[in-house]
Amino acid sequence: MDHLDTMTPAQYRARYEALQAGARAKAGAMPDFGVKPAIGAGDVIAREVIPPGWYVALRLRRGEALHVENPHGTPGASVFLWNADDVSERFNAGDTAKLQWTTLIGGGRVLFSDMGRVMAAVIADSGAGHDPILGPSTPQTAGGARNGRDNLRSAAAKFGLGRRDVGPCLTLFAKMRVDAAGLPALVGAPPPGAFVTLRAEMNLLVALSNTPHPLATLQEATGEIGIVRYRAAPPGADDPCRCATEEAARGFENNDRYFA
Amino acid sequence: MEHHFDAAILDVVVPARAPFSATLKAGQVLRIIDLESQQAVDALFYNAADPGERYSAQDTLAAQARAGGRYDLSTGSVLRSNEGRAMATIVADTCGFHDTSAGACSCESNTVRFGQATRFMHACRENFLTELAKYGMDKRDLVSNVNFFMNVPIRPDGELTVDDGVSAPGGYVELRAEMDLLVLISNCPQVNNPCNGFRPTPIRCVVWEP
Repeated sequence: MDHLDTMTPAQYRARYEALQAGARAKAGAMPDFGVKPAIGAGDVIAREVIPPGWYVALRLRRGEALHVENPHGTPGASVFLWNADDVSERFNAGDTAKLQWTTLIGGGRVLFSDMGRVMAAVIADSGAGHDPILGPSTPQTAGGARNGRDNLRSAAAKFGLGRRDVGPCLTLFAKMRVDAAGLPALVGAPPPGAFVTLRAEMNLLVALSNTPHPLATLQEATGEIGIVRYRAAPPGADDPCRCATEEAARGFENNDRYFA
Repeated sequence: MEHHFDAAILDVVVPARAPFSATLKAGQVLRIIDLESQQAVDALFYNAADPGERYSAQDTLAAQARAGGRYDLSTGSVLRSNEGRAMATIVADTCGFHDTSAGACSCESNTVRFGQATRFMHACRENFLTELAKYGMDKRDLVSNVNFFMNVPIRPDGELTVDDGVSAPGGYVELRAEMDLLVLISNCPQVNNPCNGFRPTPIRCVVWEP
């Protein structure tokens, strides 16, 4: 083991740069997660439709998955997660980006909690883009329309949680990029039929709001979001999300310790 | 505005790796000085009268981006709460950019980034938890923070990294409180990435009346 408190700055730097090079290599060689999951009829637990501007508050047991469909290309849907067995553990947007060295949270990436554990894995993704940086629509962005911030709070309330339990979220179906001048913008709009599938890696409370990304031109949802909750195949040691990056593997190792 | 140190109402050197907190009245100005250069300073803000209202990185960046601004913070940036309200404004800045996307380091996240051997190294979230407890708050009150003097580029290909800090010795950032605030600071202890030049150093916090 490295003697971390006695390493020199040059040694720390060399270690950091090696980790960065490894992450860049993995990012450039991510396997294809673009195939829609085959969900057996017997595996479906529930199907639901979230009308434009509305939300759901639902539970996912570890090993269940949530397939989220955007049939009409509504410009975003915001999601927040809590560990159902200890709600002080929740989705951490900063760690999700920083630990994976990227703001592009697509297929093969994982959603980290504040405890260095994997809350959910993105096991399938059509590539519409998901943004951990700019958050949900808010009363300020949405004017009089229903907005993501209030919806996530209402969903939290359905679990007995409050304003302080809702932190920065992930907004699905939003391809946010920062250009060379440092300006964030959405690149296009999600195509009709976009989807993303999240597999729960711990028992979860899920808040999912059918409301736009805050940079969407139209700050009002334009179509329904469909969700399918189903029993997913249990992940093995060779699970593609677990193996996609070193960071995901170490996150899953933390889960293994937690559940041991 | 020109400030004189002998007129300060608070003037504290925060040792390397240590936490700090202070309350500010609306209108008061807080200057955070990076004494020796390249020192990340993690900061959180709470409405002193209603701490359920607290800093929101996403409200801050969404409002700034919708106004045509950048993904990071500098002079003129308004730090917003989870109610979308102005908590503080950056009124002076010798550095040029400050991160609010990457959050604070923690023992747990260090294990994911740098391996299990880093679990028992001091981290910003340890500092924040220590300070939060003094005000009756806990981990549920920890949200994404501001990282002053921390260089976290988000590149056009989506990459987010922690690069070498660029702040010079004596560089500073100055905030004007827009409401009565509780300010929590962690003088970042991280040595596993370049945010502190691999050598955490002291900072100085100075408060003036308007």
